[in-house]
Amino acid sequence: MAIEVRIPTILRTYTGGEKAVNADGATLSALIDSLEANHPGIKDRLIEGADLRRFVNIYINDEDVRFIGSLEAALSDGDQVVILPAVAGGAR
Amino acid sequence: MLRIEQATYDAIVEHAKRDHPVEACGMVAGPVGSDRPTRLIEMVNAAGSPTFYEYDSTDLLHLYREMDDRDEEPVVIYHSHSATEAYPSVTDINLASEPGAHYVLVSTREHGNNPGPVEFRSYRIVDGVVTEEEVTVAASDTPEENS
Repeated sequence: MAIEVRIPTILRTYTGGEKAVNADGATLSALIDSLEANHPGIKDRLIEGADLRRFVNIYINDEDVRFIGSLEAALSDGDQVVILPAVAGGAR
Repeated sequence: MLRIEQATYDAIVEHAKRDHPVEACGMVAGPVGSDRPTRLIEMVNAAGSPTFYEYDSTDLLHLYREMDDRDEEPVVIYHSHSATEAYPSVTDINLASEPGAHYVLVSTREHGNNPGPVEFRSYRIVDGVVTEEEVTVAASDTPEENS
């Protein structure tokens, strides 16, 4: 099964400059492991401990995964995954 | 150096003053590779805070999709500081994730919602390193660019 994953500019150092790569997995967690196998180092930029990093957004078919099970969110063939770093900051 | 049109500059300042004391945030997109900030998009500060800003995650996805469809990229990423100087905080530096963008900071601490000058400064933030750059405000660019 193949799932297209859109990679943001800041993480393209891990994908040889590719904007989108294919990966597979029945859950987001498995998908990230599959990404890591081909693009070592990328997992650490997405996950901290056992959770998605606070300032990384991942969407499955346009849904923020935080609303659909986070790392346990289910995936199937043909789904589209988008990774976007949060745009955030402030004086705090 | 950041080159920005007067109208865009004024719109960013107006947004920062209007939202004061909450931090205002937004982006100015431009054609990929052009380094020209041509299309201002005001974003909602989902944090609604005087010391923190964050784009709503759904708005963020829509914004990036729209830029993709229009062959645009983020040229300016701006936000305001409402009680401190227009210099990137540690949070700003740690969360900066567009190495190609100009990070603009506006400080509204002097005059708040009222008329009066603001600090308007621009930086590159790459791998945790902040480099301030000159801001050149241009009267106008090519007239047809306002698409």
